[in-house]
Amino acid sequence: MDLTKHYFDLFRLPVAFAVDRRLLDERYLALQRQFHPDRYVSRSAQEQHLAVRSAAAVNQAYAVLCSPVKRAQYLLELQGLDSDDSNKTTSDREFLLEQMRLRESLVEVPDAADPFAELADLEREIAQASVALEDEFATTYQAADLTGAKQALVKMQFYGKLQAQLADLEEQLDELN
Amino acid sequence: MALLQISEPGQSLEPHQYRRAVGIDLGTTNSLIATVRSGSAEILPDQQGHNLMPSIVHYGREGVLVGRAAAEWAVSDPQNTVVSIKRFMGRSRQECIDRDGELVYQLAESDGGMVGLVTRAGKVSPVEVSAEILRALAQRAEQALGGPLNGAVITVPAYFDDAQRQATKDAATLAGIKVLRLLNEPTAAAIAYGLDNAESGLIAVYDLGGGTFDISVLRLSRGVFEVLATGGDTALGGDDFDSAVASWVCEQAGVTGDLSSQQHRALIEAARLARETLTSEDTAAVEFQNWQGVIDHDQLNACVDGLIGKTVRASKRALRDAGVTTEELMAVVMVGGTTRMPRVREKVAEFFQRPPMVNIDPDTVVAIGAARQAEVLSGNRPGDEMLLLDVIPLSLGIETMGGLVERIIHRNTTIPVAKAQEFTTFKDGQTALAVHVVQGERELVSDCRSLARFDLKGMPPMAAGAAKIRITYQVDADGLLNVTARELISGTQARIEVKPAYGLSEGEISKMLQDSFNNANDDMRIRALREQQVEADRLLQDLRSALAQDGQQLLGKEELHCLVKELDELAELRKVSTDHRELARHIEALARLSEDFAARRMDIAIKGALAGHRIDEYEVDG
Repeated sequence: MDLTKHYFDLFRLPVAFAVDRRLLDERYLALQRQFHPDRYVSRSAQEQHLAVRSAAAVNQAYAVLCSPVKRAQYLLELQGLDSDDSNKTTSDREFLLEQMRLRESLVEVPDAADPFAELADLEREIAQASVALEDEFATTYQAADLTGAKQALVKMQFYGKLQAQLADLEEQLDELN
Repeated sequence: MALLQISEPGQSLEPHQYRRAVGIDLGTTNSLIATVRSGSAEILPDQQGHNLMPSIVHYGREGVLVGRAAAEWAVSDPQNTVVSIKRFMGRSRQECIDRDGELVYQLAESDGGMVGLVTRAGKVSPVEVSAEILRALAQRAEQALGGPLNGAVITVPAYFDDAQRQATKDAATLAGIKVLRLLNEPTAAAIAYGLDNAESGLIAVYDLGGGTFDISVLRLSRGVFEVLATGGDTALGGDDFDSAVASWVCEQAGVTGDLSSQQHRALIEAARLARETLTSEDTAAVEFQNWQGVIDHDQLNACVDGLIGKTVRASKRALRDAGVTTEELMAVVMVGGTTRMPRVREKVAEFFQRPPMVNIDPDTVVAIGAARQAEVLSGNRPGDEMLLLDVIPLSLGIETMGGLVERIIHRNTTIPVAKAQEFTTFKDGQTALAVHVVQGERELVSDCRSLARFDLKGMPPMAAGAAKIRITYQVDADGLLNVTARELISGTQARIEVKPAYGLSEGEISKMLQDSFNNANDDMRIRALREQQVEADRLLQDLRSALAQDGQQLLGKEELHCLVKELDELAELRKVSTDHRELARHIEALARLSEDFAARRMDIAIKGALAGHRIDEYEVDG
């Protein structure tokens, strides 16, 4: 059975961007209690294999629903919108300039007097911007404005990449210290 | 109206039958075995009452010695006395030399590229040496429990990669032990700690053993142990601290030039003794050859601070990966003998900004946790709601153009996990694709560990970019990887258990097992037969109850007839056959025949979850 169309159903949650994290976690544990391979150790090899597959599918679904970016992308996929990487562009000049500024700040972090404080500031700034974009996605998606939702997602993905780079940089700085 | 019910997973087939299940901590320096008796977990000591068994194997003139008896030969016959073999698991000869430098052993290439040690008994692989240790532990348990073991949970460092895990599992297979699960050491410690303390919250487990370091961050809540992130170094432990002290001794004593293997072993012993003495004393006397000296804490700290710093950096990264700050932690649990060092405790307290928990015995806690998990997995505790969610420690990727790594599964992803990625051909008429599976965090293939290479062959020639090749990585609950490649347009398929560059092939293991069968012991043959009988019973039992419940609904008449016929045949064979291979073949055949049926039943269970009902709430006309 192809579960990829039924992540929300699996956790008995409404198909929407806003997710009740407490319910999600609760049901995740209930599902793992049912399908985790540890529950099938004294069963035949065949059922053990099936349990691995089922538990892996539950984990995948949970990972998608937990992450705002993945969840937004998934919602658009359910609407038949291709989330192919090649279309990830935006023509919002202001946004692009902002991205360039942030990237420059990131590059300059290692030379700062207190690079870790600088990183923390950037992190906060990015987190705030991300939350605003998530709200934008939720509103446009709710209003069935898929073009607007996709624009918001593309911007969320920009920030997502920035966050990953930030984490890498922090790790590198740690190694140097 | 019949009530359709899927028997509760985890429940034993025969509820009243007790299974002999053990937890094994296969350590670098010492190993332990534990079990749960009348509800409480306990270490099984040897006949002299020792809990710890030194992980030492001596290949003597009279035969193989393991543990304390082997330790007596460590200095006098170092080449035939193997210590710290865990450091060599899943490693090539070159890697061992690069890392540990001069070694007391004569190293050789072994089968499959893994390092081998040349001893009096010939060339032995780390898997074989570890199997000796496991066998000795199993014997200890079998005597204590009064019969053969039904299964074991064996612990591995959380940061062990696929090759090291596979090597550990191979060693158990070779020792005739059924592995219920490979369990990460810090997770095992968390089970022991969590069940005793019954608190909910975030904890960090700092596990510094004889040869490996792990740090895991977990969330504990009512029987759920959820690993959020893990990190570490599989070549950093007390052994390395000893080497650092040994270098200092050499400097002080003015020792230059090559040491014989006896001298080298004696030097390491002197260093270890000094380091251990400093755990409770202000100074320690050191003697090596004609030199006598004294080492104090400042000196020791100078030797080991760099190494402790490495563990702190790994801890920092694990916390970041988990998205947890030190303030949010409820406790820091110390595991592993090396955490007895005052300097380690001091540095850990400084980083985590709280005194670490040291009231649990750092030597036994891992085995105790493993025994608890074994008890649950073996079905001795039906209805136990304990749930363990662990992660993969290192990213898994694939080589792409230009020697770069494309990550398919990221580190700290919850297992089991399956991820697929699609690739295409880059040449017209290309009929094969080379797949190179790697593990690690670096961008370049050459900086990562190569796990396996295989070819997807026999694709029909197509224009470049037309083929669609889906590569699926699946990691099971032991943290072991399985890779499948499939060309979607033609359906060409290749599957590989990642039996890696540094492992034993299925063939090599069965040959080793075969050799031990031929070596005149009927025990092994009986054991192999017994294993197949158990598997046959499980399959028959599972299938019979499944057929009774869903056979009519899910199968066509012909399908049902076929399946019942094959089932009866296996049941008959199970009664009369004494050939484990014959039995294995028939089990395989029946399993294959019933695959679809089993998959359909699992779908029903998932659909039941989708609809928000437990499957046993369903009533079906019948």
